[in-house]
Amino acid sequence: MPKGFACRNTAVAVASLVVASSLIAAGRAQTNQYGTSLDPQNFTQIEQGRYLAVAGDCASCHTVPGSGQPFAGGRPIETPFGVVVGANITPDRETGIGAWSDELFLSALREGKGHGGLLLYPAMPYPYYTKVTERDALAIRAYLNTVTPVHNAVVSNKLPFPFDVREEMTVWNSLYFKSGEFEPDPKKSAEWNRGAYIVEGLGHCGACHTPKSTLGGDDNTHALQGYALQGWFAPNITNDSERGLGGWSIADIVSYLKTGHNPATASTGIMAEEITLSSSQMTDADLTAIATYLKSLPGQTGAAPAPASAPEAVAAGGAIYADECSACHGPDGKGVPYLFPSLAGSPNVRSADPASLVRVLLEGARSVATTGEPTGPGMPSFAWKLNDDQAAAVLTYIRNSWGSSAPAVDPHQVSQARASMARMGQ
Amino acid sequence: MARKLPKKDVAIIGLGWTGSIVANELTDEGLDVVAIERGPWRDAPTDYPTTFDQDELRYRIRHELFLRPAQLTFTFRNKMSEQALPIRSWGAFMPMNGVGGGGVHWNAETFRFLPSDFVVKTHLTQKYGANFLPADMTIQDFGVTYDDLEPHYDQFEYLCGTSGAAGNLKGQILEGGNPFEGPRSRPYPNPPQAQPFSHTLFAKAARELGYKPFPQPSGNMSQAYVNPLGVRLGPCTYCGFCEWFGCGNYSKASPQTTILPVLVRKSNFSYRTECEVTRINVDGSGKRATGVTFVDTSGEEWEQPADLVILAAFTVFNVQLLLMSGIGKPYDPVANQGVIGRNFTHQTISDAIGFFDKEKFNFNPFIASGSIGMIIDEFNGDNFDHGPLGFVGGGYMGQVQTGGRPIQTTHVPPGTPRWGAKWKSAVRDNYLSTVTPGTGVHGSFYSYRDVYLDLDPLYRDRFGRPLMRMTIDFHDNELKQNAYLTDKFAEIIKAMGANQVVKQTRTGHYDVTDYQTTHLCGGAIMGTDPTTSALNRYLQMWDVPNLFVMGASAFPQNAGYNPTGTVGALAYWSAEAIRTQYLKNPGPLVHA
Repeated sequence: MPKGFACRNTAVAVASLVVASSLIAAGRAQTNQYGTSLDPQNFTQIEQGRYLAVAGDCASCHTVPGSGQPFAGGRPIETPFGVVVGANITPDRETGIGAWSDELFLSALREGKGHGGLLLYPAMPYPYYTKVTERDALAIRAYLNTVTPVHNAVVSNKLPFPFDVREEMTVWNSLYFKSGEFEPDPKKSAEWNRGAYIVEGLGHCGACHTPKSTLGGDDNTHALQGYALQGWFAPNITNDSERGLGGWSIADIVSYLKTGHNPATASTGIMAEEITLSSSQMTDADLTAIATYLKSLPGQTGAAPAPASAPEAVAAGGAIYADECSACHGPDGKGVPYLFPSLAGSPNVRSADPASLVRVLLEGARSVATTGEPTGPGMPSFAWKLNDDQAAAVLTYIRNSWGSSAPAVDPHQVSQARASMARMGQ
Repeated sequence: MARKLPKKDVAIIGLGWTGSIVANELTDEGLDVVAIERGPWRDAPTDYPTTFDQDELRYRIRHELFLRPAQLTFTFRNKMSEQALPIRSWGAFMPMNGVGGGGVHWNAETFRFLPSDFVVKTHLTQKYGANFLPADMTIQDFGVTYDDLEPHYDQFEYLCGTSGAAGNLKGQILEGGNPFEGPRSRPYPNPPQAQPFSHTLFAKAARELGYKPFPQPSGNMSQAYVNPLGVRLGPCTYCGFCEWFGCGNYSKASPQTTILPVLVRKSNFSYRTECEVTRINVDGSGKRATGVTFVDTSGEEWEQPADLVILAAFTVFNVQLLLMSGIGKPYDPVANQGVIGRNFTHQTISDAIGFFDKEKFNFNPFIASGSIGMIIDEFNGDNFDHGPLGFVGGGYMGQVQTGGRPIQTTHVPPGTPRWGAKWKSAVRDNYLSTVTPGTGVHGSFYSYRDVYLDLDPLYRDRFGRPLMRMTIDFHDNELKQNAYLTDKFAEIIKAMGANQVVKQTRTGHYDVTDYQTTHLCGGAIMGTDPTTSALNRYLQMWDVPNLFVMGASAFPQNAGYNPTGTVGALAYWSAEAIRTQYLKNPGPLVHA
């Protein structure tokens, strides 16, 4: 990506000048609590911070896609409680974090406490970032100091009452927030510990993949076992053989995170953006560490889900599948490696909540295109072609074929998904 | 007054096969490239998804993917003495529109020309004597040889994932392939497609008659494939909706399924769709292109300056833009002078339909792909002795039936009423047991002094520009060729066990309402002599060295094969010359 790199260099050069002049203005008061103590030409630290900002996917919330203004904030983030808007984290002194001390930066990132003790909402994933080491956090700060300062005042809190009362976060924090850096497990390998550090910390995988309480706190007894959000179901990413990544090798997981594709599946939706902005740009060593850690998580226990007791729907679904789906996904449900996802043995297909299945069937899906897998094949929409009964039947068939068993999809779920899609389109 | 855009290194007119190939090669070279496309963006999941791409009415009958004549059309006449009239509904050929161009709707037959096709004038003159050729035939050598193009044929086939059986591997003749083909440096990237019953039966009959049948080289995938750019295609499902249709299954080679995913990720590539280039601009000397002018859908006129201009539209539009832009000397058939518009050609096709006993033969004709088929090459090019026959040229022939689509697959034996209960009954009785290859005989179309393109003196388009005028008719040589080949073909269909064979030999005048492939060629031809060719052997304009013209408009005459393989190979050949020669020393690559 020669162009992007050139832009970044330009931004670095411009921003470095700005930072340098502000340091001069402050009389090089390196310990001033309102100035950064970080060396603006510590290349190693800045480059490390850039990488970590990618690993933490900061841009996802803090950059409006296509705006050309990295980290200037303004991107609305949909939560179950309402909309929170990503803050400006460029070094602009008035509207960004340019005037913040390093301590304040650390406090916001890792404790959820911003300027003047303002309590952040956990849409900013500080419950995960708290595990980031001070060294890494300061490296991120050092990098953010070098990006182009953008004057862009962002009102983050667009939540409706009562959620707009930030003080409530004190209670929330007491329930769900446990402060403290990641502590390596000396009994595990360095690779496992690196993986755990990323997954539980900067990577904040649980933000989507861990079930939440009604107040949005993590249900850590079921960590990484899947959660429905924004009209998708973020699947179980433990080593669970039925609904998790048990059928995937470490190489499969690395390929998925690196390219968005592997022999079994293709990424779309929110995860496709994560892959584009974050994991596709991470090192193979880190991705292997992530995979090693995820493969070590046993996942849920208990009996396999009950199969659908809907023989008529399965029969009808089989006929629909042959007509509409088998050309790409194959009569055996195995798809084409790296091109068309396998429905046989797919944890997403078997997931308790069929939200992603319903959505993909109705809306179609564009899989992510990456440098490693540039094809980015798409699936067309079936919303106009299959009615609720037909859509539910074919999904029920898919969920109960080729060794899978899962509860039937209710036509009512399809009709609700249509209504939800219509609302999103308004 | 056109508004001027920032200058680019390269402006490409048209984002079909050749535009995509050259864009990818030149962006790899580090150049900043913009492609300007008259039609819309197109992609499988949105424009021709599996949910409705098998719609014969929409795509075949109503021409969904093609240029709307209301936007731009041509005028047509058979003879110079006639008044040409505008074509208001496409018939003989289907001008493409939109990203991917003809690569979206083609059948994907991916042939190489014979080595002798590139030197056909020299070859035929040496073998049969100059007097053997008709006096008004204007064939000439390409100026490039099979050996020059072999590495680039290979590049195009590996880009596309062509499914086929090699017949000549580095000089070794292999059983099951085409024994007449030029030597290839390596096998096809994919094995041949599976063949349905009637295609297999044709091969058996041909073999028993002493021919050497082989599978048609196909850009429909016989298996999943990843090309050298890392782009993936899926296996063909033999759905039988290929020609005229886009492929929703990612199993037909097209710019969308082979190059564009990589190209659109490049920061030094951009494209504009729904923008029609109206002119290639030249400086005061007339020897240097300065860029292009185009009009968007709001009617705004824009100038895109560029150091290098690549003309990569369809044959007729290439010629039109050169004539509109005053580049090159227009061809004058009376004086036999000038180059732009000369040696316009098409294809000479015919068919033979076999009706079989329905109790014994069930062909399930709907199982097919665009370039499925078993064919023979004994009567192509100069693979056979023309001496006693009194004509030159030839073609391949075979069972190449591309499907059993409901609206048009209604062949009935002669004598059946044309409508009503008896017709319906005959359609029902014959649907499964009839062999209707479509383009069963696929023959060459050589060039003539009075077959050409020029600007119509009367009809104008919405910009007030003259329409292109096609003057085209069959000559005796092609009709003789076709009669001979169709007879040979009918013999094989008969030998398959047909009760009745109906020959559809090409006779009479060229008919612009009767589909005859979209293989329009010539009009801006390549060669070795600037007085009889527009382009040198690298597809570079003799007169304007920073203008290269891609596509079949460069063919001095059309061989007996589908042109796309050669079009792709020539695009790679030209792009290599630009990369390795032109950019180092911009100027004429050949001094005539």
